[in-house]
Amino acid sequence: MSNLLSPANKVVLYMGNEAIARGALEAGVNVACGYPGTPSSEVVESLSKVTTERNLYVEWSTNEKVALEVAAAASFASLRSLCVMKQNGVNVASDFLLHLTASGTRGGLVLVTCEDPGALSSVNEGESRYFARMLEIPLLEPATFQEAKDMTKWAFELSEKIHNVVMLRSVTRLSHASGNVICGRLPAKNSKAHFDYSGSMMDPLRGPVVSTPVVPKHTIQQKKLAETANLFEKILCNYYEGPKKPELLVITSSACYLYSREAIGMLGLQKRVGILKLGSTWPLPPQLLKKHLKAAGKVLIVEEVLSFLEENVKTLYAGCAKEIGVKAFYGKNDGTIPSVGELNPDIVAAALGKIFRIKYKPVADDYAHAMQEIEKIIPLRQQTFCAGCPHRASYWNINAALKLDGRAGIVCGDIGCYTLGALTPANGFNTVRTSHSMGSGTGIASGFAKLDAFGLKNPILSVCGDSTFYHAAIPALINARHNNANLTMIVLDNSGTAMTGFQPHPGLCSGASGETLPAIDIAEIARGIGAEVAICDPFDLEKTTAQLTTFMEKADTVKVLILRQICALSPEKKGKKKYLMKVNEELCRGEECGCNRLCTRIFRCPALVWDKVKKKAVVDEVICAGCGVCYSICPQKAITKTEAPPQ
Amino acid sequence: MIKKNPVNIIITGVGGQGNVLASRVLAGMLVSAGYFVTIGETFGMSQRGGSVMSHLRISRQSVLSPQIPGGRADIIIALEPVEALRVLTKYGNPQTVILANEREVYPIGVITGELNYPSSQIIKEKFDKYSAKNWFIDATSAAVKLGNPILSNIIMVGALSATKQLPIDRRAFQREIKKDMTADKQKINLAAFDAGVGMI
Repeated sequence: MSNLLSPANKVVLYMGNEAIARGALEAGVNVACGYPGTPSSEVVESLSKVTTERNLYVEWSTNEKVALEVAAAASFASLRSLCVMKQNGVNVASDFLLHLTASGTRGGLVLVTCEDPGALSSVNEGESRYFARMLEIPLLEPATFQEAKDMTKWAFELSEKIHNVVMLRSVTRLSHASGNVICGRLPAKNSKAHFDYSGSMMDPLRGPVVSTPVVPKHTIQQKKLAETANLFEKILCNYYEGPKKPELLVITSSACYLYSREAIGMLGLQKRVGILKLGSTWPLPPQLLKKHLKAAGKVLIVEEVLSFLEENVKTLYAGCAKEIGVKAFYGKNDGTIPSVGELNPDIVAAALGKIFRIKYKPVADDYAHAMQEIEKIIPLRQQTFCAGCPHRASYWNINAALKLDGRAGIVCGDIGCYTLGALTPANGFNTVRTSHSMGSGTGIASGFAKLDAFGLKNPILSVCGDSTFYHAAIPALINARHNNANLTMIVLDNSGTAMTGFQPHPGLCSGASGETLPAIDIAEIARGIGAEVAICDPFDLEKTTAQLTTFMEKADTVKVLILRQICALSPEKKGKKKYLMKVNEELCRGEECGCNRLCTRIFRCPALVWDKVKKKAVVDEVICAGCGVCYSICPQKAITKTEAPPQ
Repeated sequence: MIKKNPVNIIITGVGGQGNVLASRVLAGMLVSAGYFVTIGETFGMSQRGGSVMSHLRISRQSVLSPQIPGGRADIIIALEPVEALRVLTKYGNPQTVILANEREVYPIGVITGELNYPSSQIIKEKFDKYSAKNWFIDATSAAVKLGNPILSNIIMVGALSATKQLPIDRRAFQREIKKDMTADKQKINLAAFDAGVGMI
């Protein structure tokens, strides 16, 4: 039985994302959907495993906008629905979200955004709290695992109360952290979908769901938001800890609450500093804020990414400054808290140290000094493609073809593990020249390809993953074809949404819960658009490089090269070697060879190591995935491959 | 009983070595023993060949920050030797104990010959000098003997139990893996646990 179905009152170790999923189950959610993205994926993934037991429909949608539309339909039909995405996903969904918040919702609809301060697994540290303010909907930010569960459950009730979307924001350090949670009751399963559109346009529960008449509906939305602010004055997730009259008031939310609490303890400031911990950060509860601001002379706002909370607290303060007196504010705006990157207890302790003029030292100076000396002998560990990763072979082919072509082809990148192809030579051969949002590589390539009239004659290529292809690259490919932007799009098809944990996508014949679904073929889509299509195995270096070179020469049409090879970490491949690889030490000429250590210096597979003593390449059998590609790159044929015994 | 409150543990290694499973199993045993456990982790892109860390905090009263403050690690468990040093420099203190796997996974810069990897002698020397106690074991070889190098993570959990640093034992491990492992998997993981116990 899934951990997610644990009985009421049981204490369970939940990952933040599982706690959110459990909260949704306790609210009786019927539809859950999203698009995978770190750190959000486990919410939908864990729900996908309990669909039968909980009368639940779970879907990995094509992209976040579609996911929100699917969730909205359930809400319109009076069911409770959950829609989950990472911070970038909210941008994708925002067009629909803007209209949805204007039309309002029916069954509880909770939009969960899991954000990534410090961009631990993202290409930006963008944040969506401002969407809540801009779109005038409530924003909840749980700080603990228990709150993640309880607040998700309550968010559905709030959504139904105000007939609108409630946004719940998590961060990597909550979503991917784990902790004790006491389970609540799972409700009876008796919901029925019913979409009523017979009432008047102004009837939020029985009329057609539209945003018109705009001004009267906008007025109602704002009234509901004001009521929400009142409600937030007394909810359990907003509370104060500390002395009655603190010297400093810390205002914080989310994982930053745990950092702040720890930092206060580290500096021994429990009797001097109080924490106003907010579980609801938009709209702010004015009376609660006023009461605690009044009690302290100094105020520190602890938050990650932008100064959202700080701005809103200051705006509120401006309205009551005359009444509660002059305060000194510290936070991101004055540099007390860093303006970028994620926080941790040490950073908050440093901020407190600045205000209180305390120097905090975790260890004695001589120990700290010794550690600094050790740091110097620790080699940097850069990210790289895994052993057996198809992307390493794909970039090898792309580079070989670019070299053969000789016209300085430009490669536009996209979002996935293959984004590593944009980094310095250590990762992916320094091939990719642009990297932005999902699907943008092909859109940018389409633009570049039209610049030949202005003298940009380089061949234009784009790389794009299989899941990314469906998510947002199809309109770009249509654009390229329709406008005669004759680029070569390379689809790196590794058979799943690999980076986030192999969630299925429309190209596969199974759904989120393992159900059989019709697969939509990338090659057929591309042919339908009018592109010339070829499919290669990137591990076959000779054929793939030749095909790509041929495509680059063709200037009169859009070409799509699909490089099909399953991800080395996929469940069907992981731990199973196709070949046993070895370096024949007699054939390897080491530093004498004219190849200049092509295998270890350029190919850079974690399993193919330069032995400094022997001055030869050597295969690390523990790490080697047995893909066999290095066999093809050695000019001396010193790397041998033999079929591995069946495993 | 835990020796101090909270106990701060860092499990470290290289992406793909089974860090997450080790932290989950360990945490599961401690939750069953009635403690509040907080695990801080990152996965996804951050694990592609990079260093990984799980921060575990075992407390009698409450969940804590998912990030352990600098200099506050009580136990470092490393699936890869240089990662033990990396964690020690940031989170170590003279009272820290270390349990490390001897088997190196070379960073890409070492593979290419651009960077140097310290010898295991030097690593051991640093452990001896800057930690209260340390165990340096060849978990990977033992795992290969059992048929799969990935088992080194569970071997380390077994070894940890034998160091008596935490209130965990074979029975607790058995109960924990029963929750979501098939009978086959339980058997091999129990063998790995026992192999780890035997290495201390």
